[in-house]
Amino acid sequence: MKQFTLFVLLTAFTAVGVKAQSPQYQEAMAKQVALLDQGSSYNPQTLLEISNTFERIAATEKSQWLPYYYAAYSQVMSAFMQQDKAKMDELADKADANAAKADELNKNSDEVALIKSLIATVRISVDPPSRGAQYGPESGMQIQKAKQINPENPRVYLLEGQSLYYTPEQFGGDKVKAKETLKLALEKFAAFKPADSIAPHWGEVRAKQLLEEAGK
Amino acid sequence: MSKIYYHLLLCLFIPGILSAQHKIAGKITDAKKRPLPGVNIYIKGTYDGATAGADGSFSFTTTANGAQVLVASLMGFQTLEQPVTVGGPLNLTLMLKASVNELKAVTISAGSFEASSDKQNTVLKPLDIVTTAGATADIVQALKTLPGTQQANDREGLFVRGGTGYETQIFIDGLLVRNPFFTSLPDQPGRGRFSPFLFKGTTFSSGGYSAQYGQGLSSALVLESEDLPARSSYSLGASVFGFSGGLDELSKDKKGSYGIEADYTNLGPYFSVAKPKQEPTIGPEIIGTSANFRRRTSSTGIIKFYGYGNWSKMGFRKNSIEYPGYQEQFDVRNQNIYTNLTYKESLGNGWRVNSGFSFSTNRDKIQIDTIQKTPQTNIRNNSNLSQLRLMFSKSLGVLSMLRFGGEYQYASEKSRFNSYGANYDDNYAAGFAETDVYFTPRFVGRFGGRTEYSSILDKVDIAPRASLAYKLDDYSQFSLAYGDYYQKPEPQYLRFKRDELGYMKATHYIGSFQRVAGDYTFRVEAFYKKYKDLVKTAPDTSTTGTGYAKGIELFWRDRKTIKNLDYWISYSYLDTRRNYLFYPFEVQPDFAAKHTASLVVKKWFPKITTNIGVTYSFATGRPYYNPNLPENKFMSEKTIDFNTLGFSASYLTTVRKAFTVFVLSVTNVFDIKQVYGYRYSSDKLRREEIVPNAPRFVFIGMFMNFGIDRRQDVINNL
Repeated sequence: MKQFTLFVLLTAFTAVGVKAQSPQYQEAMAKQVALLDQGSSYNPQTLLEISNTFERIAATEKSQWLPYYYAAYSQVMSAFMQQDKAKMDELADKADANAAKADELNKNSDEVALIKSLIATVRISVDPPSRGAQYGPESGMQIQKAKQINPENPRVYLLEGQSLYYTPEQFGGDKVKAKETLKLALEKFAAFKPADSIAPHWGEVRAKQLLEEAGK
Repeated sequence: MSKIYYHLLLCLFIPGILSAQHKIAGKITDAKKRPLPGVNIYIKGTYDGATAGADGSFSFTTTANGAQVLVASLMGFQTLEQPVTVGGPLNLTLMLKASVNELKAVTISAGSFEASSDKQNTVLKPLDIVTTAGATADIVQALKTLPGTQQANDREGLFVRGGTGYETQIFIDGLLVRNPFFTSLPDQPGRGRFSPFLFKGTTFSSGGYSAQYGQGLSSALVLESEDLPARSSYSLGASVFGFSGGLDELSKDKKGSYGIEADYTNLGPYFSVAKPKQEPTIGPEIIGTSANFRRRTSSTGIIKFYGYGNWSKMGFRKNSIEYPGYQEQFDVRNQNIYTNLTYKESLGNGWRVNSGFSFSTNRDKIQIDTIQKTPQTNIRNNSNLSQLRLMFSKSLGVLSMLRFGGEYQYASEKSRFNSYGANYDDNYAAGFAETDVYFTPRFVGRFGGRTEYSSILDKVDIAPRASLAYKLDDYSQFSLAYGDYYQKPEPQYLRFKRDELGYMKATHYIGSFQRVAGDYTFRVEAFYKKYKDLVKTAPDTSTTGTGYAKGIELFWRDRKTIKNLDYWISYSYLDTRRNYLFYPFEVQPDFAAKHTASLVVKKWFPKITTNIGVTYSFATGRPYYNPNLPENKFMSEKTIDFNTLGFSASYLTTVRKAFTVFVLSVTNVFDIKQVYGYRYSSDKLRREEIVPNAPRFVFIGMFMNFGIDRRQDVINNL
């Protein structure tokens, strides 16, 4: 009996050890993710602090994909707010490196594909005429990849709608279709249940904002 | 179960929680003591850390104890790992060293304009090369808006810094392109044969170029072909000149692709309305085809094939200057095939191999006839070129690099003039080696050399090359370049007088300063070029000609000041004299203008999705040969100044599912008279102006693309 308890204990430990979802990790992640849920965090300085914290967590945990994922996400969001184009590329480079690591740890993830789509969008905004032809298809391809993996992911429709909304009609944009897609995104958001409090769940507010803007 | 686990865990953690929290604070700077905001500072193996503030200061608390490692990391800097002993509050002063990355390191830039989509700080993007109004999608025509080039629009090729068109060589993926231009009429140069869309990178060197390339006294235009397309696409085009179609197919595994393109151009109908100066009798008609095949052989290796075939015919009739009252007929039929097969792979350990094979063949059939006056002259030219190239490169450290390799070319040149034939073959072999040495990330030197042997000249040459570049700050750099360049005389001289001829030689000295800061580019370059052993045809054929060229060039580009407007200005001052061909002494040659300037403006109107482009070019008059003048007045008369203004407008839209562009493009909008020189009759009594055959071209067309949105390519192409 004693031996059995020990055995159970040991296996339990190893299982937990492999998942390494220590309370410390959960707590630190939850705190940072909660920051990302607040609109007031969306300024370059705060996003830098948040992405640095995620990078610190990533450096310690190493087997978790989420810290890398969120580091990349914060860097992409920060890139969209930059005025300096060189800075945008620099942040995209960082986000790229983090997304690649997240990809390694969590292969075929719809969420990582969406981050990659956003990174491609950052690249385009640096120099649209020169880069559109290269990164435009890349951005679209990653959204399609995410859709294939998980058609229920609401962020797929948010990014799709956003791209339709901002692309001029002559370049294949479509405001009517954008609205439909964003409505679909909201439906998917309503049905969407993140696995836990730190699983990716951003975007609903953004979808509502965009839809409101499109409604005018 | 988990309860037990949590208990255990609590027990494990209690000592930590109970242990004191220590404050770690300090300041972080770069090597020059400037604060570094944004640095991520933390204790390795914990989450405890902070982001440095605007003044480089940081502060955080940690529960870690004893010997720890403090990490500080920031993009663009080497990550610092410093052992610390945590036992109480710590106050640290940290310093980060800039990391050596390729983006910030200096690059060799003297003499060259690079257009690459891969790199940030290039003066031009590949699209810019073809985004120039009036350039009619011809790479060479577009390059004529850059400093160092001449507006020599009556002759074939790119005339660079006092050099002739023959002195510029064109390379695709390292392999020489013989006959890169369509064979055309005398005084009416042909366009480039290849589509500008096939290239992801273009380096135009106006001097001092790398030892990798040879046989161009003045300049090298190095084109690097595209890798795999992003996805499959089909295209169709129609215009007042002809139509075209193509497809680009990406394989299912996305590791390979193939593409074919065909176009048909017939200027006959256009000329029947526009009435050029010389009356067309055949065409001009061009059938062009091209094919490519690309396959990734591994994550680092790629094999690429590119080839084109062109068939053209044209005939024109004009009033004879030699025999007044008679007409001259000139017909030319040309057939040209170029193929290029390359393979690149990484061999591991910093080694890379680049290999290539190319075969090209060109046939010209020319008939010249002064109708009812002289017997018909028949000229046949047939040239074949096979070449093989192998280059190895090895990274030395982070940035430094060693390259070496060799090439071999077998050329067969056959020519007939009526019943007289003159043929020759040449075996050409070359070896080269060069190294890029980074003394510091800001200071680089490139040292190398090239040795060449040509069997027809039966001579060996050795050409040393060297450049230095020093970066003053993130945006500005100085460069110097020096090099010896050798070139075989043109086939028409080698054919008859090979025994009297040797290599022609030019020595380049270049100094340049450039500043590329975001959307502004400024560049100034001064050069001196010494010519030796140029071909002389009088009194005897020999390579004893001499000459020099010196000058200063400016380039300014601004993409920011006015929204959606991009413009650049280039100016070249050229002082050159040469004694070559039949020249009696050193004199400014008839292809060189003292002052040349261009202004290129592009404006995008998002609301109407229309792009408007205007290009204006100016050059002072060029000397021309007037045989009636005494010898001491040789080339002393000059033509009128050259002015031209090109315009283009393109409207982007969607027709059903196809992205479509409608284009209107006009060259020399104001029909300004352009005179490149004069041609005299042999009795010196009459002369005619050398002028463009059609002073103004109006082009209307549409391009459709299914799949990839390539409209940007098309608008940028006009």
